[in-house]
Amino acid sequence: MKKAYLFYTLLLLTAGMALAYASSELQEGEGMEQPPGEEGQEDALQAFDKMMAVLTHKRCVNCHPAGDRPRQGEDSHYHNFGVRRGEGGHGLPALQCATCHQQENNDYSGVPGAPEWGLAPLKMQWEGLSRVEIARSILDPARNGGRTLEETVHHLTEHELVLWAWEPGVDANGVPREKPPVPKEEYIKAVKEWAVAGAPIPEE
Amino acid sequence: MKISFNINGMPQSVEVDGNTPLLWVIRDVLDLKGTKFGCGKAACGACTIHVDGEAVRSCSFAAKFAEGRDITTIEGLSAGDELHPVQQAWIEEVVPQCGYCQPGFMMATAALLEKVPNPTDQDIDDNIVNICRCATYYRMRKAIHRAAEIKNANS
Repeated sequence: MKKAYLFYTLLLLTAGMALAYASSELQEGEGMEQPPGEEGQEDALQAFDKMMAVLTHKRCVNCHPAGDRPRQGEDSHYHNFGVRRGEGGHGLPALQCATCHQQENNDYSGVPGAPEWGLAPLKMQWEGLSRVEIARSILDPARNGGRTLEETVHHLTEHELVLWAWEPGVDANGVPREKPPVPKEEYIKAVKEWAVAGAPIPEE
Repeated sequence: MKISFNINGMPQSVEVDGNTPLLWVIRDVLDLKGTKFGCGKAACGACTIHVDGEAVRSCSFAAKFAEGRDITTIEGLSAGDELHPVQQAWIEEVVPQCGYCQPGFMMATAALLEKVPNPTDQDIDDNIVNICRCATYYRMRKAIHRAAEIKNANS
C-alpha cells in the first residue's frame, strides 16, 4: 500500500513538472523570458493593448502592406501612380521612393518623408493580420529580419521611420495627417514594459 | 543658408532658405527655365531632374538636400552639342504637342534607360508615371523604345 502511494505521488510530481516545463516552453515561444506575476501580467497586457493600437494604425500598416503595392492616406488607398515595392522595398529602378520622398516631410508639396523611406519587407506584412498575428510576426526571427527581442524594441522605439508616425506632416492640401492614437512617449514606455515582462501575447 | 552643388557639370553656390523647393532655385535663382512647375505636389513629374543620376521631383526636394550633390536639368542632358539619345528620339518621333511636360518626361526617361537599357512596355508604364495633358503617351512610348535603340547602338 505504501509502495503504491509513493509510486502515484512520484507519478503526479513528474507529470506536474512536465506540464510546467511545457507551459514555460510555450510561453518562451511567444516571447516570455521571465513570466511575470498576475499583476505584472495584467500590466504587460495593458502595455500590449497600447502598443498594438499604434502598430495597427494606418501610419504603420500603410507601409506594411500585403503585397507589393504600398497604401497611402487616411483611407489607406493604394499609392497613386501604381507605385510598387521593387526589389529592395524602395521602389522600381526609375521610380524610387526617393523620387518624391526625401529625408523629412515637405510641407510645400505635402509629400511625407523620413530617413530610409520605403516598404517593410514582404514577410513583415501586417495588412490583414490581427494584432495577435502581428505580435507573433514581430517576435518571429524568420519574419522580423532576424531581430532579437532587444533589437525589435530598439526598432519599434528608436527607428526614425517608425517615429515619423508622430510627425506625419501635412498632406497636399495642408491638412495635418492623423497621428497614432497613443502619444509617442506613452507608446515607447508601453513597448518597453511589454518587452521587460517577457513580451506576452494574449489569446486571440 | 549657403548651398553648394554641381549643376549641369558646373559648380554653383546659392544663398536661399534651405527649405525652398529646388525647382524654384533652378528656375528663379539660376534662371534655368527648362524645368517646369506643374502640380507642386510631386504628382505630375513636370519638374523632374536628376540628383546624382536619380530622377527626382524638384518641387518636393528642399534645396538644402542639394548640398554637395550633382544636379542635372534638361539643359544639361546633352553632352555639349551632341544630343542625348532621348532628345534625338523625341525629335525623330515628333513627340511634343504643347511641350510643357516634355522636359520632365525626358529626364525621367533618361534615368530609366540608365537602369533599364531595354525597357518593355510594362517597364515604361511602371517607371514613367508623369502626366501629359495633351496625351502624347503613344508617341512617347515609341520615342522611349527608339531612345533605347540609339543609346545601345552608341554604347
